[in-house]
Amino acid sequence: MAADKVDPIHQFQIHPIIPLHIGGYDVSFTNSSLFMVVTIVLASAFLYMSTASRALIPGRLQSVSEMAYEFVGNMLRDAAGKQGMQFFPLVFSLFMFVLVANLIGLFPYFFTVTSHIIVTFTLAILVIGTVLVYGFAKHGFGFLKLFVPHGVPGYLLPLVVAIEIISFVSRPVSLSVRLFANMLAGHITLKVFSGFVVSLSAFGAVGIAGSVLPLAMAVALSALELLVAFLQAYVFAVLTCMYLNDALHPSH
Amino acid sequence: MFVTSAYAQEAAPAAAEGDTHAGTAVPAAEHEAFPPFDAKTFPSQILWLVITFGLFYLFLKRVVMPRLGGIIDVRNDRIAQDLDHAARLKGEADAAVAAYEQELAEAKVNANKIGQQANDAAKAQAEGTRKKLEAELEKKLGEAEASIASIKAKAMKEVGTIAEDTTSAIVEALVGGKTDKAEIAAAVKSASQ
Repeated sequence: MAADKVDPIHQFQIHPIIPLHIGGYDVSFTNSSLFMVVTIVLASAFLYMSTASRALIPGRLQSVSEMAYEFVGNMLRDAAGKQGMQFFPLVFSLFMFVLVANLIGLFPYFFTVTSHIIVTFTLAILVIGTVLVYGFAKHGFGFLKLFVPHGVPGYLLPLVVAIEIISFVSRPVSLSVRLFANMLAGHITLKVFSGFVVSLSAFGAVGIAGSVLPLAMAVALSALELLVAFLQAYVFAVLTCMYLNDALHPSH
Repeated sequence: MFVTSAYAQEAAPAAAEGDTHAGTAVPAAEHEAFPPFDAKTFPSQILWLVITFGLFYLFLKRVVMPRLGGIIDVRNDRIAQDLDHAARLKGEADAAVAAYEQELAEAKVNANKIGQQANDAAKAQAEGTRKKLEAELEKKLGEAEASIASIKAKAMKEVGTIAEDTTSAIVEALVGGKTDKAEIAAAVKSASQ
């Protein structure tokens, strides 16, 4: 379809590559699944190969892997203390997965895994689920102290507890929507401006001259999206660290 | 059985919608739900996300992170070790400098002492030599004086004899005849005194 070329939503469509149905559910291997596989293969291969030489003095690629490792490690240690380091593999995998998925999505014609709410929501549920399971396993019902801040007068307590519970419940939503919306909006904007370039070029010389503006915009937006791709992975990891800190130290 | 029923489900909506709202069937098919909110794709996405992310998590936890952690630990150990080594070498160097300075100071003291001793010995020797020379000179002086005194006495004695001879010759020439030697000697003696 010619209309698909300028349809900014087209890039988010999911179509099966290997149809597969189990128990009445459509669990086909889709383009989304393909790019999940591409994401983990690329990320794993990079981390594995860049560190293969185990050089004492790291090369460029090994430095990148070490920087990512220490970056996430310091982030987690700052937010959740030494105890939090047991969640290092989880936070590191989340950070690398989101980062690489975001970056791969920036390539034209590539699918952005994190532009689908269900993916980011599943990851957010994984985080909150970890917080809940670990929190109750470690502290039992003491974990509920999370919702009862210290030093609040008795008559305000019901209100404060209600607010705390609502804020806790909204965490997976805010965590997932933030990442999803950023990636979705960024890619739509990029596609719209790129679409202008194509449409304007169809109007001859004047159109081609005029298409310089949206082209410049698309270039600038690509740079911005690169920043957003990193920033959102960072935000996702930082918030994960802070929520995990709640699981470790529920009393404020 | 599953496959066929699911297939039927997937194929069914278009037909079903076509049956119920014949008028809207075509736009509905073209205008599908906004893809990110299309619940039909959720099971597949969740399943594949769980599979891929699970594998990724295991791979990072089992292989990549121990390796990265190992590399960084080894480096930190190595740096700490090198710093220790450097500190030890510095300590050794400081000790060597201190020992050198002490030896230098000792050597200076020794040199001064040896110099002083040599100086003293030379002075003492010079003094001894001087004294011996002085004593020798004194002795020679005494001998010379004695010799001069004896020569003088001898000369004085000979002066008497010469005077007697001269007197007798003068007397013989003036008076003529023989002269009495004893008389002349007495006269000379009285005249010379």
